[in-house]
Amino acid sequence: MSTRIQTGGRHLDRSKQVHFNWAGKQLTGYGGDTLASALLANGELLVGRSFKYHRARGLIASGAEEPNALVGLGTGAKFEPNQRATTTELFDGLVAKPQNAWPSLAFDVGAINKMMSRFFPAGFYYKTFIHPRFAWKHLFEPIIRKAAGLGAAPTEKDVDRYEYFYAHVDVLIIGGGIAGLASALAAGQAGASVLLVEQTAHFGGRAVVDGVDIDDEPAEIWVEETLAALREMPNVTIRNRTMGAGVYDHGYATVYERINDHLPEMITDHAPNMDAPRHRLWRVRAGRIVTATGAIERPLSFAGNDIPGVMLAGAVRDYLVNYGASVGDRVVIATNNDDAYRSAIALVEAGLDVPVILDARTTADGELPTLAREIGIRVETGKAISSVKGNKHVTGVGICSQAGEGAELEEIKCDAVAMSGGWSPVVHLWSHCGGKLNWDADQSMFRPDPNRPPLGYDGAGFVHVAGTANGYLDAAGVMEDAIKIGKLAAKETGHKPKATKVPSTFSAPENPIEPIWQMPQGMSRKLQMKTFLDYQNDVKVSDVRLAAQEGYQSVEHTKRYTTLGMATDQGKLSNINGLAILADSLNAEIPAVGTTTFRPPYQPISMGAIAGDARGELFKPIRQSPMHHWIDTNGGFWEPVADWRRPYCFQQNGESVGDAVTREILNTRQNVGLLDASTLGKIIVKGPDAGKFLDMMYTNMMSTLKVGRCRYGLMCTENGFLSDDGVVARIDDETFLCHTTSGGSDRIHAWMEEWLQTEWWDWNVYTANVTEQYAQIAVVGPNARKVLEKIGGMDVSADALPFMAFKDGELGGIKARPYRISFSGELSYEIAVPASQGQAFWDMCMEAGAEFGIQPYGTECLHVMRAEKGFIMIGDETDGTVIPQDLGLSWAVSKKKDDFLGKRAQQRSHMVDPKRWRLVGLKSVEPNEVIPDGAYAIDGTVRDNGVKHMIGRITSSYFSPTLNHAIAMGLVENGPERMGDIIDFPTTDGRVIKAEICDPVFLDPEGTRQNV
Amino acid sequence: MLILTCPNCGIAADETELHADGQAHITRHGAGASDDDLEEYLFMRNNPKGVHFERWRHVYGCGKWFHAARCTMTLEVFGTYPAQTLEPPKDLVAKIKKKRPDWEGFVK
Repeated sequence: MSTRIQTGGRHLDRSKQVHFNWAGKQLTGYGGDTLASALLANGELLVGRSFKYHRARGLIASGAEEPNALVGLGTGAKFEPNQRATTTELFDGLVAKPQNAWPSLAFDVGAINKMMSRFFPAGFYYKTFIHPRFAWKHLFEPIIRKAAGLGAAPTEKDVDRYEYFYAHVDVLIIGGGIAGLASALAAGQAGASVLLVEQTAHFGGRAVVDGVDIDDEPAEIWVEETLAALREMPNVTIRNRTMGAGVYDHGYATVYERINDHLPEMITDHAPNMDAPRHRLWRVRAGRIVTATGAIERPLSFAGNDIPGVMLAGAVRDYLVNYGASVGDRVVIATNNDDAYRSAIALVEAGLDVPVILDARTTADGELPTLAREIGIRVETGKAISSVKGNKHVTGVGICSQAGEGAELEEIKCDAVAMSGGWSPVVHLWSHCGGKLNWDADQSMFRPDPNRPPLGYDGAGFVHVAGTANGYLDAAGVMEDAIKIGKLAAKETGHKPKATKVPSTFSAPENPIEPIWQMPQGMSRKLQMKTFLDYQNDVKVSDVRLAAQEGYQSVEHTKRYTTLGMATDQGKLSNINGLAILADSLNAEIPAVGTTTFRPPYQPISMGAIAGDARGELFKPIRQSPMHHWIDTNGGFWEPVADWRRPYCFQQNGESVGDAVTREILNTRQNVGLLDASTLGKIIVKGPDAGKFLDMMYTNMMSTLKVGRCRYGLMCTENGFLSDDGVVARIDDETFLCHTTSGGSDRIHAWMEEWLQTEWWDWNVYTANVTEQYAQIAVVGPNARKVLEKIGGMDVSADALPFMAFKDGELGGIKARPYRISFSGELSYEIAVPASQGQAFWDMCMEAGAEFGIQPYGTECLHVMRAEKGFIMIGDETDGTVIPQDLGLSWAVSKKKDDFLGKRAQQRSHMVDPKRWRLVGLKSVEPNEVIPDGAYAIDGTVRDNGVKHMIGRITSSYFSPTLNHAIAMGLVENGPERMGDIIDFPTTDGRVIKAEICDPVFLDPEGTRQNV
Repeated sequence: MLILTCPNCGIAADETELHADGQAHITRHGAGASDDDLEEYLFMRNNPKGVHFERWRHVYGCGKWFHAARCTMTLEVFGTYPAQTLEPPKDLVAKIKKKRPDWEGFVK
């Protein structure tokens, strides 16, 4: 049984007891523990259930690569699923619970899947649920969905705070082992600005666990001295608990800092003295990135290699040395390399029993195996594990010949197995942005190819790999490489490296590894089915072999078919094992099969860190008109319009939204209404060539517009399709003011600039987007003139200010420019005043208009009134496939102009096809029946493909209180030629609405109301 | 995230400051154009694996359009230059040719 031993534990503070809750049990650990080491110390070997078969799973690893020990951490608004016990530092009051287990970890109903595992091979879902078709949607998918998913999503809003950090450095060094430290020192001494990050709380990496000596002293002393030296350097920044998450183009990197995950007060409540956010996402631009990310140990593939108690040999050593925790009293070692002997020796030195070391190699006579034999450990070469005995924990192992098929020679009782299949350099960050790998057959590993690095903007490689991550497994090699790389990175970022002495570094020499991809060599299919490659996704040797048998040759396809490496650990442990099995099945070399793509982030990072400050009001800041606050406090019912908020209507005395809209329409048509039109885009176009330029931008002629007059204009893309519309006013000979739609101001301004800068750069025209410089207020209705006359200041009579004219002057002492334009068909003035005077002018209108029945109105009233008049709306009548001619707007498309944007495209055969759907009005036969927006018209025929033939669709649809009738606009095939015809609009609930085709101008076609 | 230096304001700008807009040096075919020319102008674009000339705008900076010569494979940036030109500067073309001897050269 796993337990705490009396001695050891570099990280422990045994004077400090830490209380925590695991699966409802109160347990105790020590200061410095991780959740994983504390669970191990408490004999809690079983930490989770696997995803597919719900197999009992224990800790396998001690670090970020752990696939099994995923827990739900915290409660309520602090709850987070899928947290790794191995990377969670223990604190007082920590609450954690297991995942994927119901009703409990020890007895799990889902484990029935395990019994059925014969029936769940690779591609099971693809193969099984394909027939009958209907069953997928109604039967299989709902059940699978319920069973799927890892952990539970939090139900409460996250109360923690997160932020971004931006940094520019010469050299970013990822990894705080001896390689990272040595590189940082070399680069720092050369004068480069350095950011050194280490994902755990501790520096020194494996060297301090594995008994490496530096300058004839334990590595720990060199680590402390080097850290102290680095902290003295003003050009070096050091962060622990900070992980290099991703490497991107041109030296960009994301770095994930967990600031206070390990602090208890932050979990229980927000202590006011703790002002730091929980996580920080650093967005770093580095001249050079050095990845000193070490290596991850590979499991061995033997039957039962997932039973709790089977652990990586390096992890066994980590728990022992760092946390004084043992995985068991009798630990069998299985290996294909010398490094695992370190674990055996450490276990025996700690007073634990190692009954046997099973070394798959035929000889083991290096320094470490010799030492192991000297201290009395039984070493069996050429031997393997035939199977691990036990169910929820290891009870023994069967021994067999590695060369054989698994016939058991002997059974040995034990309560744990330490396995080592060799080490894989952590090449993820090197590979994220395209760094390539070579297969090193001598060391059985993929290592970075320095000749094929990811390239920066200047064409030079911007990532270097140092130390073990670069393929050096001996400490002396690591040290030499790391210093060389640190100096190189500094040199390449414009610094002069100093000549320094490489510290003499010593670790016990190791004999070569022998690649062992399955154990024993000729394992039967029965054993393959109990031999796990991907622990989290339950992918077994048999699954990969089956995929190969079924014709999968690409490693990327096999990955997706079997889900190998697709779990949250991204196959850190056993991707190499998996692709080696695939290569073997395909009779191919490992490098020919290659690896799957490494993608960021290296480890999952919190959603909070990704969001940073962009939450709530900061998620997407909204644009506000000068009258925003007044509208908000006077019944405005907001709707989003582009980046703005506009009032849909103004609710009075508890009335419904629908009632408010009706009231606003009737009041505006009968008395006078007030509209905030400030969101309309306003772009000044100025210069000697302004008229010529606008003639290109608009379909109609703008250069002939007289000063003081307005003209409605259309803009099209070069494809001929409508893109925007608005009223253009000519301010003086060389100056135009172009109104755009509310959503179009930035886009249209950019559109104009694009043409001026990239096509007609010799034309003398300047543009300025003045949208937010003006408040624009529409005074609309039969009493509009009376309101303005009462305010006074300028002559707004029909003679002085006729329809489609504007004038500069003053109204009520405020500088104003009223435009006589109308989007409602009523007598209407749109008055532009300086933005800072907008609210004052609005108040003036409300006060002066009181006696004339003035009421503010919103966007829905505006929409209904424009539809009553048959005015189009960009985005309703247009959808990127509609040309002006479709909308009966040929009058606004100049035939005199040589050219304009979209002219040529509008002459294409399909654009002049008389069968194009064209705009008409539609009146429901049943007056109260409003046709659903977007409904299609059919003619009763059926197309070849069995679909009902459609002859048109609704683009706008409302109930008009003015006409007391449902009205709609739509595009209909031959529509304008079919006035008076009744056509059918089927609805989604099976009814058919009948409507009569009519002129889209429902109200006052002569314009007598507006032109007064 | 790419870095491109804006030739107008001289800033080495992050990609998030910029707006990309596809192939550069496209000839506009407007009124009177043949169907083939129109098709070429509106729809046909190069998709090279290698040297490419692109339109960019320093949209969250000076607002100016510029062109960039870039390798679509390695992301190496050979240079940037103002948009007010019909073809890339000769010295830039020579520079690219030197770095990529196999490159066919600028083809409009």
